[in-house]
Amino acid sequence: MRPLNATRPDPHDPAPSIWSYRFQRLWLTPFFRRLVRVGVPAFFAIVALGWFVSDEEQVQSMSDSLAEMRREIEGRPEFLVNVMGIEGASPDLAENIRTVLSIDFPVSSFDLNLVEMKQRIEEIPAVLHSELRVQSGGYLSVVVEERVPLLIWQRRDAIVLLDREGEFVADITERGFEEPMPMVAGEGADLAVEEALALFAAAAPISERLQGLVRMGERRWDVVMSDGLRILLPEEDPVRTLDRVLALHDMQDVLDRDVLRIDMRHPERPTLQLTPDAITELHRMRGTAIVNGDQNG
Amino acid sequence: MSMLYQSQRAMRAKRQEAMRRGVIAILDIGSHKIACLVLRFDDPEGFRASEGVGAMAGQSNFRVIGAATTRSRGVKFGEIDTMQETERAIRTVVQAAQKMADTRVDHVIASIAGARPRSYGLVGEVSLQTGTVTEDDVARVLAACDVPDLGEGREVLHAQPVNFALDHRTGLSDPRSHIGNNLSVDMHLLSVEQHAVEALLYCIKRCDLELAGLASSPYVAGVSSLVEDEQELGAACVDLGGGTTGISVFIKKHMIFADTVRMGGDHVTSDISQALQIPMGAAERIKTRFGGVVATGMDDREMIELEADTGDWHHDRRRVSRAELIGVMRPRVEEILEEVRARLDAAGFEHLPSQRIVLTGGGSQLPGLDGLASKILGNQVRLGRPLRVQGLPQSACGPAFSACVGLSLFAAYPQDEWWDFEMPADRYPARSLKRAVKWFKDNW
Repeated sequence: MRPLNATRPDPHDPAPSIWSYRFQRLWLTPFFRRLVRVGVPAFFAIVALGWFVSDEEQVQSMSDSLAEMRREIEGRPEFLVNVMGIEGASPDLAENIRTVLSIDFPVSSFDLNLVEMKQRIEEIPAVLHSELRVQSGGYLSVVVEERVPLLIWQRRDAIVLLDREGEFVADITERGFEEPMPMVAGEGADLAVEEALALFAAAAPISERLQGLVRMGERRWDVVMSDGLRILLPEEDPVRTLDRVLALHDMQDVLDRDVLRIDMRHPERPTLQLTPDAITELHRMRGTAIVNGDQNG
Repeated sequence: MSMLYQSQRAMRAKRQEAMRRGVIAILDIGSHKIACLVLRFDDPEGFRASEGVGAMAGQSNFRVIGAATTRSRGVKFGEIDTMQETERAIRTVVQAAQKMADTRVDHVIASIAGARPRSYGLVGEVSLQTGTVTEDDVARVLAACDVPDLGEGREVLHAQPVNFALDHRTGLSDPRSHIGNNLSVDMHLLSVEQHAVEALLYCIKRCDLELAGLASSPYVAGVSSLVEDEQELGAACVDLGGGTTGISVFIKKHMIFADTVRMGGDHVTSDISQALQIPMGAAERIKTRFGGVVATGMDDREMIELEADTGDWHHDRRRVSRAELIGVMRPRVEEILEEVRARLDAAGFEHLPSQRIVLTGGGSQLPGLDGLASKILGNQVRLGRPLRVQGLPQSACGPAFSACVGLSLFAAYPQDEWWDFEMPADRYPARSLKRAVKWFKDNW
């Protein structure tokens, strides 16, 4: 008979013990398995996080060390910007841009805010458009497109240069001339630069006698000649009107005569104002008495 | 009888629950090995009560996802002898199968190999009240079978309606909706010894498992190893196991007889062990390696080394010829087969239209057995292997696993049993609320 009080089973028996059997069955239970594999790690993670957050000093030191790490990475020579190159700008403008940006090289590329720098550069009046790029080798490339001055605008307080859009480019005292530029005057002349340029182009045949354009009442142009002759152009279609005047000049040399102003404000009714000498002469030729007239008409 | 009815219905409810969960274990407790299969039912929804004869006759697809075998311990003659040992063996095999399946199983269907099954043919007859056979009438006629005295300490394992007869027509497989006056049924009842069932229940409970079904091992071996026409036309399945040899007779796809011979392969081994004076392990080894039942001249010259560890040099280095080994084995095999013949004769097998006999079980792998069996059992003997089941590993495809495979088929396609039908109202205890409800239902 098998001993009834045998404590140890047959050593060759492969049977699992009752507890290992139960444990394996428990482990094969899907809910228990999920609990152990997801629930327990999640629980410990949350507890650890809570414990960590509850101590402010630790959070502080952690964030300090993180910032230190970030600084170390940013300070690596691979990220340093040493040189700034400005292309497409005159030396004065380049100097101006350097002053505006005022960067102390070397600087980490993480510290450069290119968008903001671009805005600051484009706030300079002489700059039409700019492009900033950090290139390899620690080179900050600034490509600038300058505004091209096309007109001199004579104002009450200053004489300035304007570009095609009528934007302020520079004060005339700051910049020398490379070539002669047409001149305009009057309030609101900067709002009609396009028209002024067209008029100057139309007035090319008389360009040597042309002194400039004057914006009158912010709505129409006067052409001022070097001998004081004025051509008063209408508000609408001034270029064609000027062409008509020039055609008249071709036929009858009207601009070479003793005329003080040619009033084309009403295109259907061109009016000439003669000089006082011419009027006197006209009256003398017609044999009529002369009344002292107003020189300005 | 009511107790049995209740417990079997509880078992059926557990089986249905296991089907819903989709995983169920098969446990074949034999005298030589204990095998466990874990089945997964792919389509639990396919299991509908509305189709087929009974509530459980639905179709269900399954595949084997875990299989394990271990040497049986503490089982003798197919009955559990040492519960602790058997419990440990069940734990081993269930754990291994669970590990292979990577899932936990809670419900187990087990088979009983021994326990002296006894078959009874029962007849019940009722007159129909409405003229048309309803499910109620089927339940009534099943309940009307007069149960013989099973004897002390015996329990019903299977009670399957085999044949229905309506007036003069017989051979109805499903009498429902037929019209007639008298319905009678032939029922096959299989009783086993109660202590074997109780020991099995105890062991399974100790392993934290729930018993969801119980089947007789000869019956399930026949289910798996008889092909369909053999089951239909009539055949006997002889399951040559380790401790017992199961016999089941099928006709018209129903088991009509089952019995066991309390002799098997282990007795052949112990004969070898006694005759050649070697340990059981060595005897088992040379039996499986060199065994046979028909000696030829060649076998006189084939010498087998006998291993023993007594320490006696001359005793441990003996050699016997294979013919001698066959000479030891053959009388026992003949005895088993003759006992099988006697049981089949007692059951009236010779009156069946077909005399086909299928040998299966681990013992049927003995070389030359079919020749010997055809001398004793008749001409129409063949060796049977279990049906192919999806997912079954190659190692569990042999004839030794026919009971195991049969149990899986039994789990998937259960046979209608008496307890699958509702109990008729007059069988309820008097003054029961259920009886009142039943009366109310029937009359309104």
